[in-house]
Amino acid sequence: MRAMPADLPIRLDDVTIRAGAVTVLGGVSLVIAPGAPTVLIGPNGSGKTTLLRVAMGLLPPSTGVVTWDGVAEASPARRAIVFQRPVMLRRSVESNVRYALNAAHIPSARHDARLAELLSLVGLDALALRPARKLSGGEQQRLALARALARDPSVLFLDEPTASLDPAATKAIEDIIRAVSARGVKVVMATHDLGEARRLAGDVVVLHRGRVVEAADAEPFFHSPQTAEARAFLAGDLLL
Amino acid sequence: MHPDASALDLVLTGDPTLLAIVRLSLAVSLSAVALAALIGIPFGAVIALMRFRGREAVIVLLNALMGLPPVVVGLAVYLLLSRSGPLGSWGLLFTPSAMVVAQTILVTPIIAALARQTIEDLWTEYRDELTAMNIGPLARVLTLIWEGRFSLVVALLAGFGRAAAEVGAIIIVGGNIEGFTRTMTTAIALETSKGDLPLAIGLGLVLIAIVVLINACAWLLRRAGERLAG
Repeated sequence: MRAMPADLPIRLDDVTIRAGAVTVLGGVSLVIAPGAPTVLIGPNGSGKTTLLRVAMGLLPPSTGVVTWDGVAEASPARRAIVFQRPVMLRRSVESNVRYALNAAHIPSARHDARLAELLSLVGLDALALRPARKLSGGEQQRLALARALARDPSVLFLDEPTASLDPAATKAIEDIIRAVSARGVKVVMATHDLGEARRLAGDVVVLHRGRVVEAADAEPFFHSPQTAEARAFLAGDLLL
Repeated sequence: MHPDASALDLVLTGDPTLLAIVRLSLAVSLSAVALAALIGIPFGAVIALMRFRGREAVIVLLNALMGLPPVVVGLAVYLLLSRSGPLGSWGLLFTPSAMVVAQTILVTPIIAALARQTIEDLWTEYRDELTAMNIGPLARVLTLIWEGRFSLVVALLAGFGRAAAEVGAIIIVGGNIEGFTRTMTTAIALETSKGDLPLAIGLGLVLIAIVVLINACAWLLRRAGERLAG
């Protein structure tokens, strides 16, 4: 892993995303800086996934500007994303990772070593030859993480990586996230699991109805949220 | 083929004339399917992934061409390959090659149209992942063809079914010459017109058995592949 992230900071300046008449993100300004994981929280439909896609560079803003380390048209080569429901290629675990290594233009002489390293990191070494689509949900998420990390990213976006996983599978994913973050990869993840946000976040961004209602370091945020929406969300009230 | 022999005798004794007809039928149809796959699958994939003006018209036309009348294709290929036609100098008319050309024209739209639909559906599923991995256009096509390989087998089988059952095109461009361009379907047509119904029925049963056998083999291969690849 690289010590210094290259695409950071990611700066969103007054970014709006419209889908027809619907405003999915409205006037979002945000800076994602190097450091511990940035966690996006908010109810379903608040714009978390859209924000991740914009920051990844998959979705161009309707208005506003996104820059990666000051560059607007930055190559996505050092960014990776794991979707909430990752699609497994119809091939073995090992071949899925090799595909990602090829896609990332990693020299083939290094594939075997990187493959072993990645499978070990996500704990799938024993399942290397198993068809990816036969894995459990948690194992598929770990394989998706290995594929994303094959790109040797400086920033890793994760969209609800533990949604619908049991506690053991959730812990396995969170351990990987901590390990990756400790190696200097900036993790930006969406979740609506407050416990997970508390366990992982270095800073928190609260989204509601497509707007950032609060962005703060994790500790002060969980101790004393500044907005009514954040307080309601933390209190477990239904935020409509 | 002995004129008095029953169809069953011919099959059970491995009559050399019958075997030659079966061999030629399979060679022509399988060659046509292979060529049509080489043309139709990449073409279908490109149509599935590219966005251009008139794309929907191309899709409608492609789907319509699945119903190309074999006799019309036979006539067109005949005109192309006849001595006075533009490709007459190739000397292909009334040869198995001409039959392969005609069947390739018939089968390609079927494989291309089914491949287009299969790969377009896969693209909906895979678009986010492949885009996030920064996969280029050619690699996308190759990836989706590989990911759709089990569904594409069905497209190949549909193409083979069309080719194996077809008589109108190959009888025009092949001429139904005994020992040279006579296939099962053209032989059935001939024997029926001669009134030798038992032989025609026997050949028909052999044809159906072969088609079922090939489909069964493809099904088993597909099942085995899916078990291994997930």
